[in-house]
Amino acid sequence: MTEYIKLIDLTKCTGCRGCQVACKNWNGLPAEKTQFIGSLQNPADLSYDTWCLIRFDEIENGSGLKWVMRHDACMHCDWPACVKACPSPGALVKTETGAVVHDPNFCIGCKACTVACPFDIPRYSAVNENISKCTLCYDRITDGRKPACVTSCPTGCLTFGPKAEMQVRARARAAEISGVVYPNNPKYQTNVLYIMPAEIRAAQLQHMNPNPKMPTTVLWWKNLFKPFTLIGMGAVAGAAMLHYMVRGPHEPEKKEGGE
Amino acid sequence: MTNHWNDIQHADAILIMGSNAAENHPISFKWVNEARAKRGAKLLNVDPRFTRTSAVADHYARIRSGTDIAFLGGMINYAIRNNRINWDYIRDYSDAAYLVNPDFRGAADLDGVFSGLKGSTYDKSTWSYQTDENGVPKRDETMQDPNSVFQLLKKHYARYTPEKVCELTGTDPKDFETVCDVFTATYLPEKSGTIMYAMGTTQHTYGSQNVRAFSVLQILLGNIGVAGGGINALRGESNVQGSTDHGALYHILPGYLKYPKASEQSLAVYNTNNTPKSNDPMSINWWGNTPKYMASLLKAWWRDADLETGYSYLPKIDDTTNYSYLPIFNEMARGNIKGMFAWGMNPAVGAPSARLIRRALAKLEWLVAIDLWETETSAFWQKEAGVDPSTINTEVFLLPAAASMEKEGSVANSSRLAQWRYKAVNPPGRAEDDLAILTMLVNKTKELYAKEGGAFPDPILNLSWNYGKLGLDGKIHHPSPREVAKEINGFFLVDKEVDGKLYKAGDMVPGFPALQDDGSTCSGNWLYCNSISDTENRMMRRDTSDPTGLGFYHNWAWCWPMNRRIIYNRASVDKKGQPFAKDKPVIWWSPLKKAWLGDVPDGGGGPGAKHPFIMVPHGRAQLFSASMTDGPFPEHYEPLESQVRNTISAAQVSPVIMRWDKKVQEEVCDPMLVEGCNAAVFGCEEAPEFPIVCTTYRVVEHWQTGQMTRWLPWLTELVPNQFVEMSEEFAKEKGIRNGELVRVTSIRNREGIIANAYVTKRFKPFTINGETVHQVGMTWHFGYKGLVTGANANDLSPFVGDANTMIPEYKAFLVNVEKVRR
Ligand code: SF4
Ligand code: SF4
Ligand code: SF4
Repeated sequence: MTEYIKLIDLTKCTGCRGCQVACKNWNGLPAEKTQFIGSLQNPADLSYDTWCLIRFDEIENGSGLKWVMRHDACMHCDWPACVKACPSPGALVKTETGAVVHDPNFCIGCKACTVACPFDIPRYSAVNENISKCTLCYDRITDGRKPACVTSCPTGCLTFGPKAEMQVRARARAAEISGVVYPNNPKYQTNVLYIMPAEIRAAQLQHMNPNPKMPTTVLWWKNLFKPFTLIGMGAVAGAAMLHYMVRGPHEPEKKEGGE
Repeated sequence: MTNHWNDIQHADAILIMGSNAAENHPISFKWVNEARAKRGAKLLNVDPRFTRTSAVADHYARIRSGTDIAFLGGMINYAIRNNRINWDYIRDYSDAAYLVNPDFRGAADLDGVFSGLKGSTYDKSTWSYQTDENGVPKRDETMQDPNSVFQLLKKHYARYTPEKVCELTGTDPKDFETVCDVFTATYLPEKSGTIMYAMGTTQHTYGSQNVRAFSVLQILLGNIGVAGGGINALRGESNVQGSTDHGALYHILPGYLKYPKASEQSLAVYNTNNTPKSNDPMSINWWGNTPKYMASLLKAWWRDADLETGYSYLPKIDDTTNYSYLPIFNEMARGNIKGMFAWGMNPAVGAPSARLIRRALAKLEWLVAIDLWETETSAFWQKEAGVDPSTINTEVFLLPAAASMEKEGSVANSSRLAQWRYKAVNPPGRAEDDLAILTMLVNKTKELYAKEGGAFPDPILNLSWNYGKLGLDGKIHHPSPREVAKEINGFFLVDKEVDGKLYKAGDMVPGFPALQDDGSTCSGNWLYCNSISDTENRMMRRDTSDPTGLGFYHNWAWCWPMNRRIIYNRASVDKKGQPFAKDKPVIWWSPLKKAWLGDVPDGGGGPGAKHPFIMVPHGRAQLFSASMTDGPFPEHYEPLESQVRNTISAAQVSPVIMRWDKKVQEEVCDPMLVEGCNAAVFGCEEAPEFPIVCTTYRVVEHWQTGQMTRWLPWLTELVPNQFVEMSEEFAKEKGIRNGELVRVTSIRNREGIIANAYVTKRFKPFTINGETVHQVGMTWHFGYKGLVTGANANDLSPFVGDANTMIPEYKAFLVNVEKVRR
């Protein structure tokens, strides 16, 4: 199985939001009831039902006016903080494609991932008592197709391909526009990369994690709970126990599997 | 488009002006970005607003709404002053060397108008070329004669100095200079620049002249007929190209044949009046074929009638009456129209001064709306429309229609490419496709005429409607679009020999050169002749091979004319048939094969044998055009509503536009009509009350009046409300905070409409003649039906149109904006 990278070239995005709608379409996500918020950005933030969002940002600095549109979705980290933080085996899995996928059947709704994620991605739903996020269209890419958002992108802002090839392409494009590749931390790599022109970097990093890394609290948390998952409990039993510890008694009728 | 979508990849410079292509034609950016990546093309964007297109442009220049001709005139002047002219091209392929009637006077002589102005129309007798004894235009090859088109053009645009231009447009002189420099650099024969435009260009009282200004610039630079060049209208709807091709406008028949006038009572007279002549042996003068196309059209509609009888069946339009959008509603408001079909059309939101339009609808006896959802037009009588339903007597029928994926047929896009589409699913409930609805109407109308007679039943009773198998009752119940397509292409009605080849009755006509003027062929639209052969419907082809590597894809669907992907392509080669741009040739002459290779060449003959611009009588591109109603050269005027004095001439607004504001006042019309047509014109007493320039537009998330998109949850989620974009400076002046509600009023709507303020750095005040001019902008997409509703920007827009086409001026008018106080 090939490992992939999704590349987001911020010099090319026109904010058409084809990707945002395609994501909802492919993943069967419902529309939210929204209101104008003084920007075209809508919904205002990522949510349980919105896994991909174009963030609009007007930047006026020495190099004139820039209107930056940024495709924001899960970064599919190499060594994902969410997976590391997750106490319930099988709920969040780093797959060999690079995609970090979430299985609601194993999710205990503890929200550990939402706290751990350096990119503020997973969203919790109290109604469903679990989280959701972008899957890198795992169901498409394992079927030889590109993610829905990439397929819909008309401008070439979103591209997708084998990891090594895309890494070379990202570096080349960054050099071409004298920009940077984000994130750029050899110790915390991701299967999603941004190409960012130098003149918007500083302003963008006000809204993005300037130095994404594994939070130390996650390591601490993981070590604390490690014994529970190792004692020989089945994954399911362990998850149930954790759920009890975190959220109290579970009402079984709300979930189909996993109990 | 003279060129086609994927041809944009060949451009060396791309000017997007009067278009927000990134939003309204998102796919075009695939090709824009291709040109930037592969050819290092620069993207230039000229627009009153900093849009999503501007966000990715290499250079953005801001202009005040409605000053396009000033800007383009400045670019033309820049090209002339800096010798950025493709001299060989304009001498050989344009009318630059032609001599104009010495009595002609231009705007430079007559302070903003041209010779022949009488009241509000031009007598165009001086707008003509001097001709020799054979009737061929006289030329001065040096283009130095003061009456040569080039010298007249130079004189006209010498007034458009950078200082004058920036004074009118409010553009930063540096930005203006950059746009001029980058774009006119494509004058080199091996370079090309493309212009992409849309409604921002056309929706002005001088919209047609805006497009003409593009033509003049592109001709001077030698950018027409070449790959990566052209004047490319980005059509706003998937099949609007098809709708104009097939004559869905009052003044044209299918294939852009002129509509017969009341004074043209016989086909012979029509043909004489409407068939241009040229005595230049090198001119192909394509419209010289008009009688063949007209005869074939009459035969398509009335197969069994002889040509003169068929012609007598065609309704004629009054010689001087304009039957376009605005006059229709004006007549309706006066109670002169009884019934209306609104077929996929939503004028209650989309027409200018839409409040007046909705009141006009109430004067109808009946209204038939055919649409996918209940539109504002079909619901104009409801409480949501702000009226008392008990006061409205119009009987409204809403017929549910099939959406594009629920019906079969051809769709012609901006590239003139007709692609066949298939039905994917059945329409819901009792919804029907348009052809089925139309067939029911035809059957019923024929039945009533047969039974009741009537004033002139023959045209209806004899109308050929052979689009499917007859049912037991002798009528067609399942009409087939494939049969319609065959008739559009045309077939032989009798056995006939053409160019030595014998065709049998029923054979498809192979292409429009084979159409006949004697009634032996039928063709519903000569332009589409060649789209279907005896063996295949070419619109169904899906072959992705591209042997030249130039992106023609000749076996992907079919495009008019004759599957030619770039029109006027003979202008891309020199007199020997060799392409100007070696790395992106369109056609080239092979001396070995004695044939043109590449794209389908325009017109017959070998290299240098014919002039390339085959659709104009003399075969040469027209820098000077007598066919316009408002001047042979584009001249800057202010929008009807403007608080800025025109400082380039004494003519404040175009002298020949239809002034409804004056007309309804003079005729002492109904106060509602007077209010709905009123205008805050420069210098009028009320104008100071409305000091803000307003422009309207679309966003990528919604389509037109929102009649389709405001019913789709994923799209309403993205843009749920109407908004008014404004600068931070203006908002501060008015104490308006981002997101809060504001009231926008115009002289036609003093109650105004309420929408959310969208305060943005992307709008900036202009300084014009030393004064600050603020501009705001609103979308077009909102009304009172759908999952989301909102205020309609067209409840403010003016009731005035272009001098040539009557397209309404949606892009520049005056309003006032106030914070809503609670
Ligand atoms: S971005 Fe967050 S949710 Fe996505 S893989 Fe990384 S840590 Fe997990
Ligand atoms: S990869 Fe798939 S799930 Fe993720 S944002 Fe794109 S479309 Fe949505
Ligand atoms: S589809 Fe591509 S261009 Fe459009 S918003 Fe998404 S990333 Fe940007």
